[in-house]
Amino acid sequence: MKFLIYLAPEITLLTLAIILIFADLAVPQDKKEYLGYFSVAGLIGAWFTVIPLAKQEVSLLGGSLIVDRMAVFYKELFLIVAILTVLVSIKYIRDISRFQGEYYALIIFCTLGNMLMAASGELISLFVALQLGSIPLAILAGYAKRDPKSNEAGFKYLLLALLSNGVLLYGISLIYGMTGTTELSKIYIEILALTKAAGGVTETLFKQPAFALGLVMLVAGFGFKITAVPVHMWVPDVYEGAPTPVTAFLSVGSKAAGFAMVIRVVAGAFGAINIDWPLIWALIATATMTVGNLSALPQTNIKRLLAYSSIAQAGYIMIGLAGFSMLGISATLLYLFGYVFTNMAAFTVVIIFSKFTKSDEISDYAGLSRRSPVLALALLIALLSLGGLPLFAGFITKFYVFAAAVERGLVWLVIVASINSVISLYYYLKVAKIVYVDQPIEKEAIPVPPSLALGLGIATIGIFVLGIYPQPFMNITQLAAQSILIR
Amino acid sequence: MDFPYLSVITLSPFLAALIIAAVPRKQHLTIKLIAAVSTFISLLLSVVVAVKYYPQADGSFRFIEKLPWIKSFGISYHLGADGISIVLLMLTAVIIFCGVFASWHIEDRPKEFFVSLLVLVTGVFGVFVAVDMFLFFFYYELAVIPMFLLIGIWGSTRKDYASMKLVLYILVGSAFIMAGLLMIYFKAGLNSFDLFEVAKVSFPLAFQKITFVLLLIGFGILIPIWPFHTWSPDGHVAAPTATSMLHAGVLLKLGAYGILRVGFFLLPDAARFFAPYIAVLGVINIIYGALCAMAQRDLKYVIGYSSVSHMGYVLLGMATLNFFGLTGAVLQCFCHGIMTGLMFALVGFIYERAHTREIADFGGLWKKMPIIAGVFTLAGSASMGLPGTSGFVAELFVYIGAIFRFKGPYAILTIVALIGVVVTAAYIVRLLQNVFLKELDPKWKDLRDPRGIELAPFAILGGLILSVGLYPVPLINLMSSSVALIIKRVVGG
Repeated sequence: MKFLIYLAPEITLLTLAIILIFADLAVPQDKKEYLGYFSVAGLIGAWFTVIPLAKQEVSLLGGSLIVDRMAVFYKELFLIVAILTVLVSIKYIRDISRFQGEYYALIIFCTLGNMLMAASGELISLFVALQLGSIPLAILAGYAKRDPKSNEAGFKYLLLALLSNGVLLYGISLIYGMTGTTELSKIYIEILALTKAAGGVTETLFKQPAFALGLVMLVAGFGFKITAVPVHMWVPDVYEGAPTPVTAFLSVGSKAAGFAMVIRVVAGAFGAINIDWPLIWALIATATMTVGNLSALPQTNIKRLLAYSSIAQAGYIMIGLAGFSMLGISATLLYLFGYVFTNMAAFTVVIIFSKFTKSDEISDYAGLSRRSPVLALALLIALLSLGGLPLFAGFITKFYVFAAAVERGLVWLVIVASINSVISLYYYLKVAKIVYVDQPIEKEAIPVPPSLALGLGIATIGIFVLGIYPQPFMNITQLAAQSILIR
Repeated sequence: MDFPYLSVITLSPFLAALIIAAVPRKQHLTIKLIAAVSTFISLLLSVVVAVKYYPQADGSFRFIEKLPWIKSFGISYHLGADGISIVLLMLTAVIIFCGVFASWHIEDRPKEFFVSLLVLVTGVFGVFVAVDMFLFFFYYELAVIPMFLLIGIWGSTRKDYASMKLVLYILVGSAFIMAGLLMIYFKAGLNSFDLFEVAKVSFPLAFQKITFVLLLIGFGILIPIWPFHTWSPDGHVAAPTATSMLHAGVLLKLGAYGILRVGFFLLPDAARFFAPYIAVLGVINIIYGALCAMAQRDLKYVIGYSSVSHMGYVLLGMATLNFFGLTGAVLQCFCHGIMTGLMFALVGFIYERAHTREIADFGGLWKKMPIIAGVFTLAGSASMGLPGTSGFVAELFVYIGAIFRFKGPYAILTIVALIGVVVTAAYIVRLLQNVFLKELDPKWKDLRDPRGIELAPFAILGGLILSVGLYPVPLINLMSSSVALIIKRVVGG
């Protein structure tokens, strides 16, 4: 029964979600806000079940689930994301739906899926976890039932997620056909054996069309999740249409889970293939950040702007993958960590603003600094952190991924990426300018409910802590990166 | 442990910014007093540092403070100052102290204004005392965003355009710097960003050349080297007075300092290789900037382009790789900072009351503003390099260095550069004539001279121009050994 301890966080979340669904039926409508606080408490409880796992290295259930430092890192990351999301949802979701308990349950199911995704040691369980992480998102994206845009977002996400997951599954079947196993560590060994049989030339393996196709399909399936170009098309519409807290959740949680899959599968199973992974990721990263940044330039809606910016951010994260080393994976993880706080802070300001003004248009943010100086400052901090300026998390994390690329000799990538971040600063600063320089159209101060203030406060503190003293977090991500590469 | 002079100098404005952030919005005077006190502390301590360093000015780094920061990369909070740093530290402290008084009248959101200004100056101080290259870069980038806000919110003339242009140019530059620093870090392979540690490694020439070019572009944008200079006059013109002062007076020197400290110090072979090219760029800056300044109709644009021209002397001086030239370059950094800071303070004072900077609109201001006119003439003389002013000493050193270095056909460089002096004299005299002499336009009859506290920046900066011009020896002694050390690294022996 020892494996129950290893699964304690997952079991806690599952129980929590089921309780929430039933509680939703019993709790009277005006008390449903407390379900949100209850979820936060439950998520914090789940955090305590993660702590004993910190130094474990085990694989469970015939290798389909792994508990190592990387899985634990991701469990913690997803719990932070879930806590912040629930905190910023409480006042928002009250206005759009009667079934608030269900909403929190879906967030938690999705978190559970993400956690399992990061802990999968085998392709089939990875796929199941991926579905668990995707389907609730489709429901959540369409949660504002009376808003046609939200309906469209939900439907779009559902169709495209299923399509991409189908492609991924096809890829898995081809890989299984070629290697005879779905277990990641065995695939690694199998590839080494096949290479040996072919006289040490792995190119021959890759020249087999089925194998190559399987690999391409895998990468394409992951690409959907990490919003890599060219499979990023769903992002702006879904981000714009979904209720804003869901957008925030989608932009950090789902993306982080995608990167977890990529790291596990690419580094864990296919690291032995002699193809130029760094170059592949460098090219995908270049395309992703360039397309994201250039498309963000003309946006007038803040959610669409942040959607494209999040595509660009995914591009920077891929630079860490291009490093394809311990430093690179560690940098990827740290970047995700900083990105979670930064993007949550940005979206929280958007939630607070749109709740009061019912608008997501950037032009309506004019003079925000005179209406609500604190909110304006928080937005400025988030934008500057996204732009990678010092004192904030973005500076350190960007420096870290760039370092990984230079270590690999990809100086051109660093220059391309830095120029990209200059482009991104143009549109971030345009928002900052509207907020700080332009005259306000209305003068009314914007109220900040306490739960949202708490969420915003945590995210902002996270940005500063990572930006000023990142060493403890680097230690964690380095250990996590080691756990994946040493096996 | 010794008193952490450098940390206090650097962080006292930052602390003041935090305190100001907590002060109620309406308390304008309190905010300004806090800013004044904190910058005064920095000024006082930078002078103390100079005085303590002076008796044994052997060129070494002193006032070392070292704390571990990001161990994974071997990054530490490592501060230290040598003669060159101290000179630039004093320059920054003087300019910001005067800048606070030049912004005494700010009524539009003074809280945000002074917070931005003080964060900016923290960044600038930090660059001059950082020994760790990462810390150096951290402070360098820290200075960018306050600049954007200062110009964007409190600026004038095309401020949206200018602020965005300035920030994007500087950040493109820092992209190259970051790549260069990372390349040095990994090539050295010491898991250290420490300047002293990395300096022990000698890099292969090919690597040095590539990295040096990256750094030259990156820092060069800030200097600003032609053809990347266009952000600079636009930025100067749009910025509010104190920011212009700090910007032209100090920020441009960050670029020169970066090339000297990182480029020359760590990549000496490449520095030797590229010195002639830097000299050519310097001469282009001198002539091109001066000619552009000739053609301007806006007072601030004249000063903006004159900065481009004067920074050319810094480049030329560095490129000589000899004692006179390099000393001249650092002196020019100091003297140009003081002089241009003074000019921007003067123009700011006039603009605030006249609400125009068109040279053609003025005339005869001498009658109404004798002090302003007098001090402007002094600053103009320094700009032209007349004897008795600081500009003379700096330019003389640069020219002596250039004459020693560029012999034979290369002497053409020095000769062309000398033409710059003539053009400078032409635009300065034209400016003085059109603004202060001629007939007084009746619409300016209400203009008046500065009084009381308003006089402070003019008195301090004007006094410095004269005192350095008449007796530059202490300043030169302070940095001569540090300069000699860099030369020794670059040319050997």
